[in-house]
Amino acid sequence: MKAAVIVFPGSNCDRDMAVALQAAGADVTMVWHKDASLPDGLDLVAVPGGFSFGDYLRCGAIAAQSPICQSVKAHADRGGYVLGVCNGFQVLTETGLLPGALIRNGRLTFVCKTAPLTVSSAASDFTKGYSQGDTVDLPIAHHDGNYVADAETLAQLQGEDRVAFRYQDNPNGSVDDIAGVLSENRRVLGMMPHPERAVDPATGLVGGKPLFDALIGSLVAA
Amino acid sequence: MKATVTVMLKNGVLDPQGEAVKSALGSLGFEGVSGVRQGKVIELDLADGTTEAQVTDMCEKLLANTVIESYTVEMSS
Repeated sequence: MKAAVIVFPGSNCDRDMAVALQAAGADVTMVWHKDASLPDGLDLVAVPGGFSFGDYLRCGAIAAQSPICQSVKAHADRGGYVLGVCNGFQVLTETGLLPGALIRNGRLTFVCKTAPLTVSSAASDFTKGYSQGDTVDLPIAHHDGNYVADAETLAQLQGEDRVAFRYQDNPNGSVDDIAGVLSENRRVLGMMPHPERAVDPATGLVGGKPLFDALIGSLVAA
Repeated sequence: MKATVTVMLKNGVLDPQGEAVKSALGSLGFEGVSGVRQGKVIELDLADGTTEAQVTDMCEKLLANTVIESYTVEMSS
């Protein structure tokens, strides 16, 4: 099972993401944002957290215009899997792969803490290692995690069971407590909390492990 | 020639920064400020002959995120 982690100037969760994917059994390649193409035969692209391009203009806006993002879009259009975490989620909304947008936290402060989440949908290869309604503790660390979408988009996300995770104690003002959303084909997941920071008991939390195990497991089986 | 692009959060999208500025103006004793919206102004130096349509294209593709933001373009020589 082959995965790539995209690296932008300012990415800072790229190596954590690679470690989490490798621990779950993936063969991981790091791909620089100026590369025009992804490795052949790729199953999963991970867009990591960080502050790509210094968050200039809008979070994720410049990264979304990087040469590699055209290839990421093509990969998703072919039905490939894409996981965007934190800044990666912002990049995926800026590319249009996921609906909505992420704006400044409602209380304006950077939040860095453990956030209890509810698994709102276990119906995806990312979330099938959980049961719907499970509580999962994952770290959050962001200044612009306030998810917004217009009423029509929100109704569509809710109606199609595309909200993957919700905050139990909304830390940033996100509409409907949304912490992570799935694409229409359920193969693109964007989320603000960091599952890759919660896969090893040595660092405290392990709530992210079922996500990587289920995802990599199903891709190996396929 | 120049273009001035003004980008604002759309009406209906809560602007937490504008709200904080409004509250700070209130604490400074400025009364009657019933709303503050914060946006950004982007000044572009352009080759002569650049059309407003080209600048609009720049806004659509990069300068604004039309999911949450609206923009206006003002061309000047």
